[in-house]
Amino acid sequence: MTISTMIRRTALAGAAAFAVASLAMPALAQKTKLTVYTALENDQLDPFKKAFEADNPTVEIAWVRDSTGVVTAKLIAEKDNPRADIIWGLAASSTALFDTMGMLEPYTPAGAAALKPMFKSGKNPETWVGMDAYLSLVCFNTVEGKKANKPVPASWADLIKPDYKDSIVMPNPASSGTGYLTVAAWLQIMGEEAGWKYMDALHQNIAQYIHSGSAPCVQAAKGERLIGIGLDMRGASEKTKGAPLDLIVPKEGLGWELEATAIVKGTKNLEAAKKLADWAVTKTANELYAQSYAVVALPGVKAAPVNYPVNAEPAMIKNNMEWMAKNRERILAEWTKRYDGKSAPKAK
Amino acid sequence: MSIAAAVRLRTTRLSLSGDELAMRAGVVVLALVLLVIVGLPLWSLLAKGFEDRDGRFVGLANYLAYFSTPALFDSALNSFHVAAATTLIVVPLAFFFAYALTRTVLPARWLFQGISLIPIFAPSLLPGLALVYLFGNQGFFKGLLGGPIYGFDGILIAQVFYCFPHATLILVTALATADARLYEAADALGASKIRVFFTVTLPGAKYGLISAALVVFTLVITDFGIAKVIGGNFNVLATDVYKQVIGQQNFSMGAVVGMVLLAPAALAFVVDRLVQRKQVALLTARAVPLIPRPKLGRDAFFIAFCTLVSVGILAILGMAAWGSLIKYWPYNLSLTLDNYDFAKVDANGWDSYFNSLEMAAGAALFGTALMFVGAWLNEKTRDFFLMRGIVQLLAFLPMAVPGLVLGLGYIFFFNAPGNPLNFLYATMAILVINAVAHFYTVGHLTATTALKQIDPEFESVSASLKVPVWRTFARVIVPICLPAILDIAIYLFVNAMTTVSSVIFLYAPDTKLASVAALNIEEAGQTAAAAALCIVIVVTSASVKALHVLSDRFLLGQLQAWRRR
Repeated sequence: MTISTMIRRTALAGAAAFAVASLAMPALAQKTKLTVYTALENDQLDPFKKAFEADNPTVEIAWVRDSTGVVTAKLIAEKDNPRADIIWGLAASSTALFDTMGMLEPYTPAGAAALKPMFKSGKNPETWVGMDAYLSLVCFNTVEGKKANKPVPASWADLIKPDYKDSIVMPNPASSGTGYLTVAAWLQIMGEEAGWKYMDALHQNIAQYIHSGSAPCVQAAKGERLIGIGLDMRGASEKTKGAPLDLIVPKEGLGWELEATAIVKGTKNLEAAKKLADWAVTKTANELYAQSYAVVALPGVKAAPVNYPVNAEPAMIKNNMEWMAKNRERILAEWTKRYDGKSAPKAK
Repeated sequence: MSIAAAVRLRTTRLSLSGDELAMRAGVVVLALVLLVIVGLPLWSLLAKGFEDRDGRFVGLANYLAYFSTPALFDSALNSFHVAAATTLIVVPLAFFFAYALTRTVLPARWLFQGISLIPIFAPSLLPGLALVYLFGNQGFFKGLLGGPIYGFDGILIAQVFYCFPHATLILVTALATADARLYEAADALGASKIRVFFTVTLPGAKYGLISAALVVFTLVITDFGIAKVIGGNFNVLATDVYKQVIGQQNFSMGAVVGMVLLAPAALAFVVDRLVQRKQVALLTARAVPLIPRPKLGRDAFFIAFCTLVSVGILAILGMAAWGSLIKYWPYNLSLTLDNYDFAKVDANGWDSYFNSLEMAAGAALFGTALMFVGAWLNEKTRDFFLMRGIVQLLAFLPMAVPGLVLGLGYIFFFNAPGNPLNFLYATMAILVINAVAHFYTVGHLTATTALKQIDPEFESVSASLKVPVWRTFARVIVPICLPAILDIAIYLFVNAMTTVSSVIFLYAPDTKLASVAALNIEEAGQTAAAAALCIVIVVTSASVKALHVLSDRFLLGQLQAWRRR
């Protein structure tokens, strides 16, 4: 046997083995297998899947789940030959971006008319519809606060007090969508000039700009840091697990982001995808969202997840998503110039 | 040249021509395979560096934009700084450790060797988590470092831990084969121990030392997992790629930084070529294997040294193991096994673990065959410089490529609508191929190092006896190199178990991997469960390694009898 035949045989044997393995699987299933790309939390996947499949026994959900950034990058990279049938539970800023790239199948889910107006793409037919909103708020560790004798902050303005020097973490807006919506919210609440001045002052108190939106509240929960600015539901779930955490809604208002549902253009399972899109706006679905989010798309559904701040929804700022998208590159460049360059560990 | 020698050369040439042709064809096939699994996927992403976001060709505009931002310079400097520091620490440590393993009489040698490999068994998440437990703001030894763990110090410690086995693996291979006659001669000539070390031992291991340094340097430059977990505000090039691609979906800029990251690989390639020219075979056909003899002072020193290194490694592992049992760090330190019930924190539960096993076994099997046969073809084919150079370059590339650049490249290349290899996408096969490609360089270097130490005379003798070259390969080369071959297989298996950055883009609903699951679990704040999954991965790889040690003993007994005097 020569080397080349050896290589060829090995390759053939391998290919055959994999072919057998991959053929064996779909043969068993009669249902339509719907590939759903999502950034929902891991522990939500099972209940969401079960609830949908109970109402739609002919469709089976197969999840591809990762963090918002990874799923968004993957969807864009697969643009020319899409693998996802539908997106369920991804940031609306991402679906809005896909919309501008022509990656979404326009479809108005039955029942979408009832949703709150800000939970829709505003097009006819809709390209995406919202499910719930998540907020960027302040997580404060009460045990560490008491130990170091630090006051509990009540507003964004409190966070620039010298009390909190080097004890705050927030997501880096250049690597995290949560980070960007936080920065964009400050610029919208305070105006550009005052907003940058605020961040200059805040920079003195920042211990680290982290590459993830959920990490700041987790770090605050574990006492690694006193204060984390980040995703609400992470803070709430840590608190449920026993973290000494206060979730604070700063009185100036909050930045927020929607999670959305959108059908991917080019799906081979359009009918099944429509079934999921329809189901995702139902009352049942919204009640499911309400178990983990403080704000959901359907009016009248009472959302009060455990350990959530009760005053969150009225504090949501009037967020101009179009402005956010249009100015993203400029704001990130300015932000990077001001704060990311000074990367050496501080307080030496 | 004497007439006899000229005649011998000619006859050898003539009798080899058939084999030679087959080997050249083999090199071409190898080049094509590497082109498909490394070159083209990489290019399909890097080409985006010359396009704007809408895919229009913009020439060097992205490069100009990037090079005019001061952040780049900072990141590049930081990357270089931390990579150089890690290399300067790891290579001497690994060299002395490898020296102790191969050239001294070490009690429980297998134990030390096993411990030295532990870091490679662990996802890069593990040292990050352990360091936070140890030196973080709530850690046991906070303040011991005199500064925060997040930043340069943290990256350095974690990288030293993570890179140590990579360097040790290469250096053990380099030091394992030595000709005892050289030492006997030196001894007879009355050379001092120091002199022998500098004139015999070091030159013999030179190729291994340089390979180890290059591997460590580029590993640090391209790794973003450690920098992300423990890097604080210390920006490096690899996290810049992450920011561009994951944070801003800007593939064009990501491609630009990815291209900048290839510079160390290009450098490594050039250095390798220069060194290679001077490397001579250590193990000639007449060589006598070196068996270390007991020597009290030296052995005691190395026992102490190896113990110290091992304690450092075990401390990090032990911290992670303990962390995996903690209920809620740092406020409820009571212990529980709940964190090992992965179904609670991940919908896939233990499934992803079994997917990882399947993927790692596939990578070890197909990867080792490809890498060893490939390295052999490339080493032993005569002339044919251009093709062999191309193979060498393609084999070096993966080391310098951050996983996420390779992963995205795989999407662009294998998912392209017109690609006949499209059927591979979203299968287990593409994960296997990706892992083999991603870890090609070290396997290739290990095989090459082992092959270089074999005297070409073996082939010449075979040729003059009219033995086909493949028979020499099967009967002589493979048995001699068996330890190295098994090392490559294990290296592939354990790396495939832990790899994240590339496969994170490639798994399908039913092929999610444990390493990715661990990262997701950690991101969700379930630190203890993430540590638990890391520990499960470590235990798995360690068990496979233990099997390897056992089979190694058996096979060594059978096939390596010639090593004994």
